[in-house]
Amino acid sequence: MTDSASIPELDVDPYAFDNLIDPYPMHERLRESGPVVRLTPYGTLLACARHAEVHAVFSDHARFISGAGVGLTNFNLEKPFRPKSLILEVDPPLHTQHRAVLSRILSPKTVTQIRAVFTAEAEAMVDRCLEKSQADGQIDAIHELAQPYPLKVFPDAVGLEPGARENLLIYGDMVFNSMGPRNELLAKSAERVGEVTQWIMKHCQRENLRPGGFGDQIYQAADAGEIDPANAPMLVRSFLSAGVDTTINGIGNALYALAHHPDQYAMLHADTALARPAFEEALRWESTVQTFFRTAAHDTEIAGVPVRENTKVLCMLASANRDPRKWPDPNRYDVKRRPTGHMALGAGIHGCVGQAVARLEGEVVLTALARRVKRIEVAGPHTRRLNNTLRALDTLPLRFTPV
Amino acid sequence: MPTVFFVLSDGREQAVHGSLGASVMQTATGAGVPGIVAECGGSAMCATCHVYVDPDWIDRLSQPLANESEMLDCTASERLSNSRLSCQIKLSAMLDGLRVRIPERQQ
Repeated sequence: MTDSASIPELDVDPYAFDNLIDPYPMHERLRESGPVVRLTPYGTLLACARHAEVHAVFSDHARFISGAGVGLTNFNLEKPFRPKSLILEVDPPLHTQHRAVLSRILSPKTVTQIRAVFTAEAEAMVDRCLEKSQADGQIDAIHELAQPYPLKVFPDAVGLEPGARENLLIYGDMVFNSMGPRNELLAKSAERVGEVTQWIMKHCQRENLRPGGFGDQIYQAADAGEIDPANAPMLVRSFLSAGVDTTINGIGNALYALAHHPDQYAMLHADTALARPAFEEALRWESTVQTFFRTAAHDTEIAGVPVRENTKVLCMLASANRDPRKWPDPNRYDVKRRPTGHMALGAGIHGCVGQAVARLEGEVVLTALARRVKRIEVAGPHTRRLNNTLRALDTLPLRFTPV
Repeated sequence: MPTVFFVLSDGREQAVHGSLGASVMQTATGAGVPGIVAECGGSAMCATCHVYVDPDWIDRLSQPLANESEMLDCTASERLSNSRLSCQIKLSAMLDGLRVRIPERQQ
């Protein structure tokens, strides 16, 4: 086993704005320094930036737990920013019980039931974007498509009433910021924490959820005795915090990828069956969730490097997704790549439980686009919305040329 | 190294040498065997690495866990009594020579 003193240490802050704006040079530096590295600004943690170690840590939920939080804060030592998630931030056996219910609600079988509605909405929204692009010469693809689409279809499926859904954006931004340091990004996004949390928790109550929707199905599972009824609102909360910001940025990043790779868009346009792989490759190439943490349950090792009990391990998912040890020509966005095993949706027992729905959203939006739009072009500089965990665009001006 | 025989949907057969402890799905995707999509990467979350295990071999596998069984209800090609998710079958020396058939559709 390597001596812990020989772990490479880098004076790198993953949450520095320069690194949030362009994380890729930092990823390369970390990956090439070793399988496990220390970061001077966060002396107690270890970081993994290569695919093999990130995948190994995520696949071993007994050694690397989630119950001490999946952000920088160690819940064994510090109070969580919010009451902890009963799916993301818990371990078996409670996790197993909750996961079974959520994965049934969000299963591929559910996807076949919601597909027609999700498709119709994507087609209508792309039609409106196309009209607007023709009228104005450009659209902001984030505010006209990537954001409104998931904000419409997913909360509808959960069973939320229409209106005031921007609360979901504020809440999501806050939750994902809270997984980093207590920096100015978190302070700014938490300005309205009180009223927004209140709105969220109110909408987790059964009487505010349409009967039969995903949220109500959680309560049905409680009725059936599968989960503790007291935990039902908190599981609905997981839909509201993890189900919108993630897909918004997944779709936004896919549009960014396609707009910047006209040859790849041309292939998608010629063969709409590539919509799903094109979305998948965008998840790899520009991963929405950049980082998640695990915590060592006991003294252990990663790649021969000793890891002390209770050490936070920073897993750099986006870096793993561009690790040349795993992916040939990793910086290339290639819609024909089969990026099986990418880490954008995690892996193991905590792998994204909504991934079937997320893929559906990506697929139907890109299919609708590919059928109607011959060419997409960058119409101006984009801007980023910095977040401690998410790779997010604020604006993305694009021009759509109709078929 | 255990060998897995994949019977493709067009009837051709492809033999792949796998590693002990790797899943049948990883063995297939690593060798570019067509028809194993494995979108979720092996988390039993997508039902796109569905295979029909040769009847001679099915009894040598442990029973699917609840999450796999749930997912097998979501396969694009019909679920049969020998249906399994290939991501949940780990290769052991005992499985050297395993034969699985790939269904026509995964999505």
